[in-house]
Amino acid sequence: MNKKAFIEKTAKIIFLICAVVAIFAVCAITLYMFIKGAPALAQVGVFDLLFSSEWKPTAQTPAFGIGYIILSSVVGTSVSVLLGVPVGLLTAVFLSEMAGKKIGDVYRSAVELLAAIPSVIYGLIGMMILNPWMYKIEKIIFANDSEHSFTGGANMLSAIIVLVIMILPTVISVSASSLKAVPDSLRSASLALGATKEQTIFKVVIPAAKSGILTGAVLGIGRALGEAMAINMVAGGSVNIPLPFNSVRTLTTQLVSEMGYAQGLHRQVLFTVGLVLYIFIMIVNFALLKARKKGVAE
Amino acid sequence: MIGKKRKLKDFATRMLIYLCATFSVVLLIGIILYVFFKGIRSVNWSFLTSVTSVLKGTVGIAGNIVNTLIIIFITMLIATPIGVGSAIYLNEYAKPGKIVTAIEYATETLSGIPSIIFGLFGMMFFGEKLGLGYSLLTGSLTLILMVLPLITRNTQEALKTVPAAYRNGAIGLGSGKWHMIRTILIPSAMPGIITGSILAIGRIVGESAALLFTAGSAKLLPKGIEGLLNKPFQSGGTLTIQMYLSATSEGDFDTAFGIAVVLLVIVLLINLGTKALTKRFDVTRKE
Repeated sequence: MNKKAFIEKTAKIIFLICAVVAIFAVCAITLYMFIKGAPALAQVGVFDLLFSSEWKPTAQTPAFGIGYIILSSVVGTSVSVLLGVPVGLLTAVFLSEMAGKKIGDVYRSAVELLAAIPSVIYGLIGMMILNPWMYKIEKIIFANDSEHSFTGGANMLSAIIVLVIMILPTVISVSASSLKAVPDSLRSASLALGATKEQTIFKVVIPAAKSGILTGAVLGIGRALGEAMAINMVAGGSVNIPLPFNSVRTLTTQLVSEMGYAQGLHRQVLFTVGLVLYIFIMIVNFALLKARKKGVAE
Repeated sequence: MIGKKRKLKDFATRMLIYLCATFSVVLLIGIILYVFFKGIRSVNWSFLTSVTSVLKGTVGIAGNIVNTLIIIFITMLIATPIGVGSAIYLNEYAKPGKIVTAIEYATETLSGIPSIIFGLFGMMFFGEKLGLGYSLLTGSLTLILMVLPLITRNTQEALKTVPAAYRNGAIGLGSGKWHMIRTILIPSAMPGIITGSILAIGRIVGESAALLFTAGSAKLLPKGIEGLLNKPFQSGGTLTIQMYLSATSEGDFDTAFGIAVVLLVIVLLINLGTKALTKRFDVTRKE
């Protein structure tokens, strides 16, 4: 083999190794999540761990039920996506159908910037503005309720509002680009048939862009499910039924707040919390793949 | 003719759209103004150049700035070549097939994994299995996995815009593939590579969940050259971590908002930087 062929061959192999790093990383992460997360399932019992609502990790006879924690994550994510997607979609409609070039550019920069703000800043602002408001509302609503434990405003509702704000940029930019991709001939045809601009948008453009909008929504689910620091700062910290004014723990905040000091079985249960989160994320990723495929097929 | 009811409905729809659209911009301006208003008083020269110490009576984030820079340096030093190499393989060498699908699927999956999971994995694998403990190196190795998809994807996009004629021309003149990649492709794709790198740096600066259990939270400045060389193997909190701790366990909101201002300025600069770059190097732009 001459020198040149050797260099070519080496280069190719090095590039291949670089490319395989991603596969290796995903496999290693998946493997580790399962290896570390599974033992606690066997020790505590699958049903007791996943569906029991009693969480007393440091008690004399500890109880490790993460039922409410899973429920809080599911409720928080679904409500924030249900609220965030319509607002994001309408903003995307404004961006692609109504705004002129200049305003559109300014808007796009604003949305990009919103996406780039670190999550701890959202958390800090939530703590300083949202929580005091929530506390005021809480004091009015539960004035005569002696059973309610006051949270100082750190509750599910605050977490949901912060999540809505945090998923907006993703939903807006993905939906806007898919709305933009709808061919103008569809719009012209609809307008020529006598439909108003608004009818055209809702009856023609949005249905035509639905797989892209779906992709945006699924990305939003992933972001909301995985967000940790910001909601840890605003959602309080007790394991509770996810009612609007209850202080709650989600899968992510559970990890953030207890991983630092947990020992023994408690620590293993936290790995299981990580595993549950990971499985949820894998389901979301799979849905994303499906949504994208559907978009390509159309 | 359009009926009155239709007109009313259209008007209502339009207002709703404007309302939603205004919301996100008002939100952005509100956040920026609020953070600057609350935090700008804390930011001064000594805040940026000293370390918080009860003994000396100083409040500062110099240690955290150094930690952040070290993490950025190590992460990018390793992630950029791997990300670029991966993009080159996918775009220039690979033929469509199982391996490419697997790599692309893996990259996609990696970009969908939340940072707290990376943090957990980093802690278990780099921290405990490889025995690196809470250290800047553990944090960097974790972040490499996180920013890899960003760099790969941006480089791939850039490589796609390099005209096929460049490749054919170079090969036709007798250049080897590696020579062509080194002298033609990488320089042509440089804007995309730089954009991807800047975005990755932005991601690192804003990251917190992945670093909490990998890089730790120490905030002292390294002493001398030797200290700096040993720093990667020691615990160190970045700006975001310090901000989180200030706002929660330490209850020091002045410092928290001060750091928030610094972070926002960095984010703004990164945003403007990538914008300027994309505009300047946009090959498809019409003159």
